[in-house]
Amino acid sequence: MATTPTREVARRVFAGEFNDATYTFKESDDERAPVYLLLPTGERANRVFLVGTLMETEDVGDDSEYWQGQVIDPNGDRYYMYAGQYQPDAASMLRELEPPAYISVVGKPRTYETDDGEVNVSIRPESITEVDAATRDRWVVETAERTLDRIARYKDETGEDGDAAVDEYVAMAAEEYDLPIEDYRRQVVEALESLEDEKAVAAEPDA
Amino acid sequence: MTDLRTQATEIHEQFEDQLEISVDDVEERLDTLVNEYRVPLSEARRSVTNTYLDEAGMERDELGGGGSGNERVQVADVDAPEEWVDIKGEVTELWEANSDAVAQVGLFGDETGTIKFTKWSKSDLPELEEGTVYDLRNVVTDEYEGRFSVKLNRTTVIEELDEEIEVGDDDVSVEGALVDIQSGSGLIKRCPEEDCTRVLQNGRCNEHGEVEGEFDLRIKGVLDDGEEVHEILFNQEATEDLTGITLEEAQEMAMDALDTSVVADEMRADLLGKYYRVTGPTFRRYVLVDEVERLSEPTDAEAVLIKARSI
Repeated sequence: MATTPTREVARRVFAGEFNDATYTFKESDDERAPVYLLLPTGERANRVFLVGTLMETEDVGDDSEYWQGQVIDPNGDRYYMYAGQYQPDAASMLRELEPPAYISVVGKPRTYETDDGEVNVSIRPESITEVDAATRDRWVVETAERTLDRIARYKDETGEDGDAAVDEYVAMAAEEYDLPIEDYRRQVVEALESLEDEKAVAAEPDA
Repeated sequence: MTDLRTQATEIHEQFEDQLEISVDDVEERLDTLVNEYRVPLSEARRSVTNTYLDEAGMERDELGGGGSGNERVQVADVDAPEEWVDIKGEVTELWEANSDAVAQVGLFGDETGTIKFTKWSKSDLPELEEGTVYDLRNVVTDEYEGRFSVKLNRTTVIEELDEEIEVGDDDVSVEGALVDIQSGSGLIKRCPEEDCTRVLQNGRCNEHGEVEGEFDLRIKGVLDDGEEVHEILFNQEATEDLTGITLEEAQEMAMDALDTSVVADEMRADLLGKYYRVTGPTFRRYVLVDEVERLSEPTDAEAVLIKARSI
């Protein structure tokens, strides 16, 4: 039996951290080896899963359709995604959905360098589905948990005085990025607080 | 008596009516295999038994029960079809037989889990009762879609035991977002050849070539919790449960669209990107879904918030 390559886990990451991730790498010289995006909290991501509010869709293609979708997370940060003829299902979802809508997206991170040398990160969706608010809330809590786990590990590994980390990806993140990890903890807190606020609003009679 | 001697005696008993052999002959053969050629005892016994079967011109199922030469197994050990085994356990469930050929069908369980059993009408065996523990000798294992079962036959010896068994649970439960419904899901066709059931590719079976397939429903999915991925397999019943689309309705959908892929497309649109918890036994890298629950409530945000504030 041919061995099937292990399927890549879909990482959970808020847009604020995702958009800060600009460094990509491969782990072998094989042309078909997976490309990983290095998250600032010290984890590799070849796939992401996100649930948020689709805010805008636009066909930005020249000759053929090339759909851009913008999805906002609870902190107001946006994910950008692009789907063209090679992602027909995702492209047709972006064509047909009326923003605003809650959607879930499974996709691959992609980076591209702009003319002025800045690296932008986006998502090439594998699938897009319309979902309900409960699914979105569940994703927010889950993403908060996963992010906290990464932050805790990052802090453990690097220590107060910035000792060399043992974990490969934490070490890589410490090396490649100069970003305050504290920002991502704050994003987690804000995202969770927004859920509490929503609940409070929903509970108030005729607010 | 040594182990070899015991085994040799048992084998000898099975053949003493047919063959002119002594216990010493049998032991010598076993001894050669085990001590000279380092063959595991159970394999050696199988091999020696087969040799005598050949010599006597007998079929394996002509061997009586008792020291049947079979491996004594537990439910969780059953991992290949067409093996003759002895197994002890409790009849935990009796199901309605959906064919006259089947006398009784249900679940049989021991400490390691449960397995389906089938008793054929033509085997003419005594009735099994739910909640009773039996020792079943000379049953044959079978596999369908990755699920194993045991089949009783006319040579099976059923011994009722006056004991109790704590029937174990071999199920696993996994949860996460359904991030993929893979190809080969939805409305599929299977090869109708007996014991084949391979999924057809463009109307062709890998083994039997072009055949008139039989429709079936299934979902090959991937659950992902952000740390691990689990491949999960829904059979027809579980698929109908989850999607609310019956096999009949799926066939109608495919007929209307002149395309079977509309069924999987609809399932993808309906199910992907949502959270589920599934429970069932594992087979190779799959969890075979017996139960599925949609997770629509968010988890405890407050506990996570407290943690977030503290680090």
